[in-house]
Amino acid sequence: MCLAVPGKLVETQSISESRVGVVQFGGIKRSVFLDFVPEAQVGDYVLVHVGFAISRMDEEEAQRTYKLLEHIGMLEIEDPAFSGDPDAAESLASIERSPNPGPETAEPIPATGGNNAIR
Amino acid sequence: MRYVDEYRDPRIAQALVDRIHTRTKKPWVLMEICGGQTHTLMRYGIDELIPPKVELVHGPGCPVCVTPIEVVDKAAEIAARPDVIFVSYGDMLRVPGTRSDLFRVKAHGGDVRIAYSPMEAVKIAANNPSKKVVFFGIGFETTAPANAMAVWKARELGLKNFSELVSHVLVPPAIRLLLNSAENRVQGFIAPGHVCTVMGYWQYKALVDEFHVPIVVGGFEPVDLLEAILMLVTQLENGQAKVENQYGRTVDYAGNHPAQVIMEEVFEVADRKWRGIGTIPMSGLRLRDEFAVYDAEKIFGVEALEAEEPAECIAAQVLQGLKKPIDCAAFACQCTPEHPLGAPMVSAEGACAAYYQYRRHAASLKCIA
Amino acid sequence: MSALTLNCPVPAVARDHVSLGHGSGGKLSAELMRDVFLPAFRNETLERLEDQATVKLGNVQIAMTTDSFVVKPLFFRGGDIGSLAVHGTVNDLAMGGATPLFLSVAFIIEEGLPMETLRRVTASLGRAASACGVQVITGDTKVVDKGSGDGVFINTTGLGLTPEGLYLSAGAARPGDAVILSGFIGDHGIAILAEREGLEFETQVESDSAPLHTLVAQMLETTRAIRCLRDPTRGGVSSSLNEIAAQSQVGILLEEEAIPVRDEVRGACEMLGLDPLYVANEGKLLAIVDPSDADKLVATMRRHPPGLEARQIGIVTESDRGWVTMRTVLGTTRIVDMLAGDQLPRIC
Repeated sequence: MCLAVPGKLVETQSISESRVGVVQFGGIKRSVFLDFVPEAQVGDYVLVHVGFAISRMDEEEAQRTYKLLEHIGMLEIEDPAFSGDPDAAESLASIERSPNPGPETAEPIPATGGNNAIR
Repeated sequence: MRYVDEYRDPRIAQALVDRIHTRTKKPWVLMEICGGQTHTLMRYGIDELIPPKVELVHGPGCPVCVTPIEVVDKAAEIAARPDVIFVSYGDMLRVPGTRSDLFRVKAHGGDVRIAYSPMEAVKIAANNPSKKVVFFGIGFETTAPANAMAVWKARELGLKNFSELVSHVLVPPAIRLLLNSAENRVQGFIAPGHVCTVMGYWQYKALVDEFHVPIVVGGFEPVDLLEAILMLVTQLENGQAKVENQYGRTVDYAGNHPAQVIMEEVFEVADRKWRGIGTIPMSGLRLRDEFAVYDAEKIFGVEALEAEEPAECIAAQVLQGLKKPIDCAAFACQCTPEHPLGAPMVSAEGACAAYYQYRRHAASLKCIA
Repeated sequence: MSALTLNCPVPAVARDHVSLGHGSGGKLSAELMRDVFLPAFRNETLERLEDQATVKLGNVQIAMTTDSFVVKPLFFRGGDIGSLAVHGTVNDLAMGGATPLFLSVAFIIEEGLPMETLRRVTASLGRAASACGVQVITGDTKVVDKGSGDGVFINTTGLGLTPEGLYLSAGAARPGDAVILSGFIGDHGIAILAEREGLEFETQVESDSAPLHTLVAQMLETTRAIRCLRDPTRGGVSSSLNEIAAQSQVGILLEEEAIPVRDEVRGACEMLGLDPLYVANEGKLLAIVDPSDADKLVATMRRHPPGLEARQIGIVTESDRGWVTMRTVLGTTRIVDMLAGDQLPRIC
């Protein structure tokens, strides 16, 4: 469940209190509601589900993790024997996943109603 | 396509597969929750690539499959009314109810329309003031903000002819049920990445703390799932049990605040029956009383119908990961996508349907006619 | 999926009434043929279930086909119901190796259709027929009450001549044969969807509606070791290949990476959860050919406009008889199943 596709925000506009945008997915464009991503700007990538952007893609985080993946992909090509070396695998594992930055101990969203009006 | 293609790179996938092989010393049972993840695993044959010691079982993460049969009946009944335009996501159209389904209602002349977004239903309502427009609001937490927003906007627009038939389910209570079950074999979970995009993963930290089972939030592309499997195996081999986030490019600890706010505004948590499993307390969402005028169940006064699943269907065991689809005597014989006996065969994301669609040629099936 | 097709194997089992799924080119359509039509019209020619029927009339071998066109909207990028009617009929004949010569055209028009619309459709149909070298030699017109139709439906019958000694059939594929596809898939279905759903494209996707008979003639000149030709319309490449696998009792193994899909079509499919293998095409063909002639056939095809992007996408196999399977980009194998009904967009 949850077919959500990443796309690039190429246009935004306000239509009577709602922010709407146009998102491009590899060659096609679709109109998307931006109510849930007030911080998203033209040029950002957003994740779209049922016509709504539900998050802004974290470019930095994607780069960081992708570099690691690419690295092991490259190592695979350069030296297939590497992947059989458990020690090397262990040291890479220790830097593979640094704890997610952010409030690990933060409180979950308080269950209030009404105050946080949707703009 | 950016953020998609890179995560289908065969070279990276192979490297991850090799690492999983190197790291796996003991047998482990892992479960992915989300039907979309099951779909990817089957479609790309990932279960064939990982070591046989790592067993993948499939969880109940298919909101279409677990929509109670009574709700499908209610939908079909409402949709059959001549003054109604019934709008639904495509997924629900063929789900069989007790006597009928939305596709059949459409074949008999009901105005049933498919929408890609709930806002299309709002638009239809605005353009058809003489008709009652009902939107079928199903899904997990991923879809709840959008379904909530449709009701919110309908209210802002002052629409008098829009309502939603709501049948939302929540993931963490389902995991809790599995973990509490005496028969549970699952040792590590891949949490659903798009549900967590909305909700964050703080709820899964609570589960890890309580049950000491590793949980990794995973994405939906082959590289994502392989990486999540690697992370789980690494934890398990090292005797760890913590929550980790593989899908950091879109998931963070707290989740999407505005989305959670609108969900909180429009919906409230309620008990919910899951087709094939039974009632799980506080596992669903329903419209709050302030939005009663948008609640299709109340407006149409649809009666509750008793419904029974066929005896051959082992859905409950499949959805809890206790059995695989191919373990079922009815799989691909009496139970096919055209004639489903139970929930997991009913939607593309259901485990049985995924196996049927992508893998049944490999299973040596002996049908007992 | 009317033009919408989902790879959701969810059942569409309205057996007591005809549903949209029965017209989608998948399993339900096959069921309708098997359970309703064949029992009523038993004969050897029909039971071959090819896209066209080849019969001897005196000394002459003629090919005959019939088709109906119900597309909505009537006008779309890359064509309209008129040109589609000609191309679809011509292509059905061409898949039997026939030279198309004559068409009949019957219109079923909804009361209230603007005359201008009818003129446009007819003009387009006439132009397409001329361009193909076929003549519309007879026709019919009916008008139905408002609300009973979608503006206009067109039914055609096509007649052509089949060369002696040519036997193309979905039952003729042999293990080892090459599976050739003439170009990008999914264009037509997505173009229609785009019009209906208001999808915008950077580079607009156009229907690939086009006649294939001259391409086929060139192909047959290059080699007679072609076993079968199919145009993957409703139900897409998957339906056509599944039919061939079933009728020939062979397996077909495809290579995922070899299958050509335009970026725009891919983007639309990703967004809606559609699989291009199930999306309709109106100007493409699949050819099953002896492997030793595969390369030269592809070379010939690439010299003609509808075949510019032709390539081999798979092989016919001894194993997995009756199944179409595909090697994924990760090197694993999965089935490419026949759809039950229409592909529907999904959110899950």
